[in-house]
Amino acid sequence: MAGLYRQILTWLDERFGAGSIEEFLRHKTVPLHRHTIWYYFGGMTLFLFVIQVLTGILLLLYYRPTPNDAFESVQYVVTQVRFGWLIRSVHSWSANLMIFTALVHMFSVYFLKAYRKPRELTWITGMLLLFIALGFGFSGYLLPWNTLAFFATKVGTEMAGSVPIVGKWLLIFLRGGEEVTGATLTRFFGFHVAVLPGLATVLLAMHLLLVQQLGMSVPPQVERAIAEGHESARSMPFFPNFLLRDIMGWYAALGILGALAAIFPWELGAKADLFAAAPAGIRPEWYFLFMFQTLKYLPGRILFMDGELVGLLGFSLAGAVWVVVPFIDHHAGFGRLTRFFSGLGIFALGYIVVLSALALR
Amino acid sequence: MPTADRPPGAGADPGRRWVNLLLGSGVVASIASFIYPAVRYMIPPPVAESTSRFVVAAKANELKRNSGKIFKFGSKPALLVRTADGEYRAFSAVCTHLNCTVQYRDDLRQIWCACHNGLYDLAGRNVSGPPPKPLELLDVRVQGEDVVVMRNA
Amino acid sequence: MKRALIGATVLVGVLTLAGPAPGKDSCVSCHAQLESKLAEPAKQFESDIHHQAGLSCADCHGGNPQDDSRNAMSRARGFRGAPKKAQIPEFCARCHSDIAYMHRFDPKMRADQLSQYLTSVHGKRLKQGDKKVAACVDCHGVHNILAVSDTRATVYPTNVASTCARCHSAAAYMKGYPIPTDQAAGYEKSVHAEMLAQGDTSAPTCATCHGNHGATPPGVSSVANVCGTCHVFFAQLFDKSPHQAAFARMNLPGCVQCHSNHEIVKPSDDWVGVGPKSVCATCHAAGDKGYAAAQKMAGDLARLRTFIGRAEETLNTAERSGMEVSSAKLELGNAQEALIKARVNVHAFNAGEVQKLTEAGVGIAKKDYEAGVAALRERDLRRKGLGVSLIAIVLALSGLYLKIRRMESRRNT
Repeated sequence: MAGLYRQILTWLDERFGAGSIEEFLRHKTVPLHRHTIWYYFGGMTLFLFVIQVLTGILLLLYYRPTPNDAFESVQYVVTQVRFGWLIRSVHSWSANLMIFTALVHMFSVYFLKAYRKPRELTWITGMLLLFIALGFGFSGYLLPWNTLAFFATKVGTEMAGSVPIVGKWLLIFLRGGEEVTGATLTRFFGFHVAVLPGLATVLLAMHLLLVQQLGMSVPPQVERAIAEGHESARSMPFFPNFLLRDIMGWYAALGILGALAAIFPWELGAKADLFAAAPAGIRPEWYFLFMFQTLKYLPGRILFMDGELVGLLGFSLAGAVWVVVPFIDHHAGFGRLTRFFSGLGIFALGYIVVLSALALR
Repeated sequence: MPTADRPPGAGADPGRRWVNLLLGSGVVASIASFIYPAVRYMIPPPVAESTSRFVVAAKANELKRNSGKIFKFGSKPALLVRTADGEYRAFSAVCTHLNCTVQYRDDLRQIWCACHNGLYDLAGRNVSGPPPKPLELLDVRVQGEDVVVMRNA
Repeated sequence: MKRALIGATVLVGVLTLAGPAPGKDSCVSCHAQLESKLAEPAKQFESDIHHQAGLSCADCHGGNPQDDSRNAMSRARGFRGAPKKAQIPEFCARCHSDIAYMHRFDPKMRADQLSQYLTSVHGKRLKQGDKKVAACVDCHGVHNILAVSDTRATVYPTNVASTCARCHSAAAYMKGYPIPTDQAAGYEKSVHAEMLAQGDTSAPTCATCHGNHGATPPGVSSVANVCGTCHVFFAQLFDKSPHQAAFARMNLPGCVQCHSNHEIVKPSDDWVGVGPKSVCATCHAAGDKGYAAAQKMAGDLARLRTFIGRAEETLNTAERSGMEVSSAKLELGNAQEALIKARVNVHAFNAGEVQKLTEAGVGIAKKDYEAGVAALRERDLRRKGLGVSLIAIVLALSGLYLKIRRMESRRNT
């Protein structure tokens, strides 16, 4: 077994230098300290993304992206295709789980200050990946073409229209027209299976390469503890120790996904009727809830501006600040600025949790 | 690769085998339980494609003039009528009174509901009896050999 | 003398000043300036259908609308004035019974209202001197008569019941007449009133069953015919049933016996049978054939309902668990249809016939129940499959865990 492995490796090495990659992986280590557990979430997000790609490809074998056929094709997958119910439910549940783990990963990186020099670019590519993930969620949600999806998309793209200057153009670009129609479905499908995967692949490659290049960041407080001699710098080899643990996590995730698919299958709903009135209680997926709820609380007009516009601008500003945090908090050490940003982070997290809870009430 | 370690004692060897067996069988079994559904999934089911918005209700010369046929449209029954002039009309066959299935009456040349004697004309309008609303109209056209019915755009 | 002279001058002055321009109607222009009771006709007439048709006060009342002097209302010159109550029908019929005249305005209009009216209870009593009964103006209005198709008209279908109720529900007014005054109250609770309120103007109101101009309640023997004009199947079944002869013998009013005449509410299944709410038990007692038939029919209906309920519940549970059962649910509609037909068939009062229908329905419901059970079994199979894969996963997880432990304990030694 080991001999075979050696032979393959040599063969590959003679062709494109696989040996150095293998060397590198063999020596890659992961720091061990009380925050090590957070290191798993990046890999978990990646794993769930791979699950999305695989189940997505399988769904692609039967899905039809036109208003005449979209709902029926999903219904077909769920009822006629063997294990179609499983693939579809896993795809829908895994989407939500992936965004959840992505958020955990992002917040853990934020609070452990892993974005500080030299990892600013990793942070930025990661934030872009998060936005892409949200884009995946938003575009994919429409594809079954059921009532809930249709109206959630209507509301969501409507908000895009209130962006100043470019709003109208943006709305028409997203919807493929003035209203949400079959044209919207076609282009959301294009975004979901071609544009976003392409962008994601590029950014993911950059993100992963940077991580390999720069290694795992150690939180500032641990670094200081090591420097001051309270703690020893421990580490574990990535391969096989960390990887085996990673795999355990991935197996657990698979089990959870299977259970969710079998016990809480994703609903089919009713086919979207473009001329029907919106049913009561339309709301977006949970990861957009906090913004949705905020907009509900804002008054119609604030000073001279439209209330909704103020909300959107506020969130855009917050998002922009969040993306460039490494450049603002560039020491990310122990100073007041860093503590301020940690506080801001806690506020942001709390805000998201509280408003999402309020939206669900 | 780990250097050739001498196992600390004879007891570790069978232990190692058992762990490897456990791991191996677990991994193989779990992978099988993922691959099996995926492979079955990819095999096309007996009904080759999803029923879309349109349905072939009948063959071109199947229906005689002044007759009707009930067929399944989506999840509800529908009625295809060939009028005395040879024209095709299609309606939802769900009576708007209490949801009984209507039928074509060639003697009355109208659509009749057997439950409470409701009558609809050939434009689907409720003309007599309890039905409060007309029947939903469906789009019908002849495409080659088939009479195709679609939801009204 | 002086006062009279001044009064006359004022009067002449007013009449002159208020005199109509050539072509205007002196009736309207004078009356509009009088005190409220006399001014009302002039004000109301604007919207009246006769006015819309180009007629004036004089066309009904006679007189001279061009003349603004007191001669305008000279009886000698053809002024007819306001008719007395007993004269009203003939007053209106002067035109309304003249087919040639009416056809100048509306070719399809009927001209037999008077002859119908004279056959009605109102008409007959009016001729006998009863001034309290309804004549033309009591229902149609006097000077603000609107077309029947106008939704504001007192005789538009949705307004008919309240128009009749003006007299027929007033207990004090109706004292002395041998009829009840609860008809309108009962009707308001009925299914027919509900349909009317929802906009179905084909729903029956008072006039539909009683007639409008020839208003007479249907006789006991004609009740089934009247109801049967809309409720065709029920009338046909009833006619062939043993109840027809029995009711005729006992002079019972057909449909009304069980369904009431005005307060016709949605019937429920517990009207059939021998339970506390049943109508059968009002006549039939334990031991007679009717009692047994009623029991059997109620039992069969209940049986079908139970089977449908069971199938529906199972299918809904399956659907909620994510299984696709739309075909079976569609099929169940046929069982529901059988129940509806069985309920219609009750009116033949033949338990055997009802059972045929309910058994057909039960067969369908049973099959659909089986489909639901199969769907639930498939769901359980999925969960078992999940269980198997979870076991495999747990095996792999434990294998991994032990492997890691071993690896790391070896590394540490």
